[in-house]
Amino acid sequence: MPKPDNELTWKDLEIGCIATTPGSAAAYRTGDWRSQKPEYDFTRCIKCGMCQIYCPEGCVKMNAQGYFEADLYHCKGCGICARECPVWVISMKEEA
Amino acid sequence: MTKRVGMEVSIAVAEMVKMADVDVVAVYPITPQTHIVEHLAELVADGELDAEYIPVESEHSAMSACLGSSAAGARTFTATASQGLELMHEVLYVASGMRLPIVMTVANRALSAPLSIWGDHSDVMAVRDTGWIQIFNENGQDVIDNTICAFRIAEHRDVLLPVMVHMDGFHLSHVIEPMFFPEEAQVKAFIPPNNYPLPLHPSKPVAMGDFAPPFIYTEARWAQEENLRKSKETILAVWDAFAKEFGRQYKPVESYRTEGAKTLLFTMGSFSETAMTAIDKLRDEGLNVGLVRLRLWRPFPFEELREAVKGAETLIVLDRALSTGGPGGPVCSEIRSALYNENPRPKIVSFVGGLGGRDITIAGFEEIVKRGMALAVKGSGKEFEIFGVRE
Repeated sequence: MPKPDNELTWKDLEIGCIATTPGSAAAYRTGDWRSQKPEYDFTRCIKCGMCQIYCPEGCVKMNAQGYFEADLYHCKGCGICARECPVWVISMKEEA
Repeated sequence: MTKRVGMEVSIAVAEMVKMADVDVVAVYPITPQTHIVEHLAELVADGELDAEYIPVESEHSAMSACLGSSAAGARTFTATASQGLELMHEVLYVASGMRLPIVMTVANRALSAPLSIWGDHSDVMAVRDTGWIQIFNENGQDVIDNTICAFRIAEHRDVLLPVMVHMDGFHLSHVIEPMFFPEEAQVKAFIPPNNYPLPLHPSKPVAMGDFAPPFIYTEARWAQEENLRKSKETILAVWDAFAKEFGRQYKPVESYRTEGAKTLLFTMGSFSETAMTAIDKLRDEGLNVGLVRLRLWRPFPFEELREAVKGAETLIVLDRALSTGGPGGPVCSEIRSALYNENPRPKIVSFVGGLGGRDITIAGFEEIVKRGMALAVKGSGKEFEIFGVRE
């Protein structure tokens, strides 16, 4: 979007608030809803990818080392990955 | 050339929808709208109308299916009444909020309980704030003319809003009336092809009805308000174009024998025809009275209303709906607030009557005018008068 959200006027809106840029929801930072964030102890990780499958936000990606990690721009801190991990790699820690 | 036909008004509405060459009809039958639905089903089954006919399982589904088809750019029609309109309620706001030009005939009927299948405006008033353009009609000719106009208004690039065409249940829907029928070619020429600017299409993806957090919801609602208010310009232009092509002129507020009238009766819908006859009789008696009728309910025609009642000392408003525990007549309540800052302003007397299909005769209208004139002088101390109730 050309303007920051809080400067948009009613005239900037498409008819019926229709969103015309595909995938624009990805720009929305849902990470700041989080009160807890996932922390990883990859020494135990078996790279099964269960955390990625269970993540309701679809924000868990494989990193360069082949471990699975949440993208904190979108992660809402729900803790489902920590609950489902079969080898207890993930623990939820309060945000500072 | 137009020809004069005698036909039940509901059947005539379906014939106009056929002439408008709609693409999708998603409907659920409910009295007194059923004949429209049935006749459209026949027209599609007989191959006279090339449209998708979706026999949905409820009115909520009817309006939801209409959202989808209209969003895909298809010319979309539905019809309902009363409980059916109530079941659609939440989806009505979505249609207007997403700017989808759906056209819907509403055969106005009372609401339960107690169960009543007969006509009044309870259903209209319950959907007042849904953001739809709403047009009242007095007779079969008005209904079919405004059905044609509704498509051109709704789909106009400056409007893109859904339109409700109101007709009183039974008093209009089930009455056989003489009507001037247009030629199909004339109607097709009058309504340009629907060219919805941002339709759902795989080659150009869009998302409709998105999430609007607090930082943008107010702007979205204000855009809707500006749009609906401004739609009046297009409505007027379409009515003028209709008059040029078909010879019948519609206006947001219409007047009958109001020249020099000190007392005005104010009505909406099919009662206006009976009221005109009553006004003729009262004028013959030497009373200085006239009739003002509301055609355009939303957007509300503030300027036209103020102009129409200028010079009147008394305004008697007859509502066919009851705002229970509130001001009584919902239309009168809006008229009162529209005129409150006028100087001078007429004395306003509110009547509620004709509920659940009860007729008001010519004598009844004469009584309403005479009682209203007396109440304007001595005051009633009440928010509104109920007409015809047995004490």
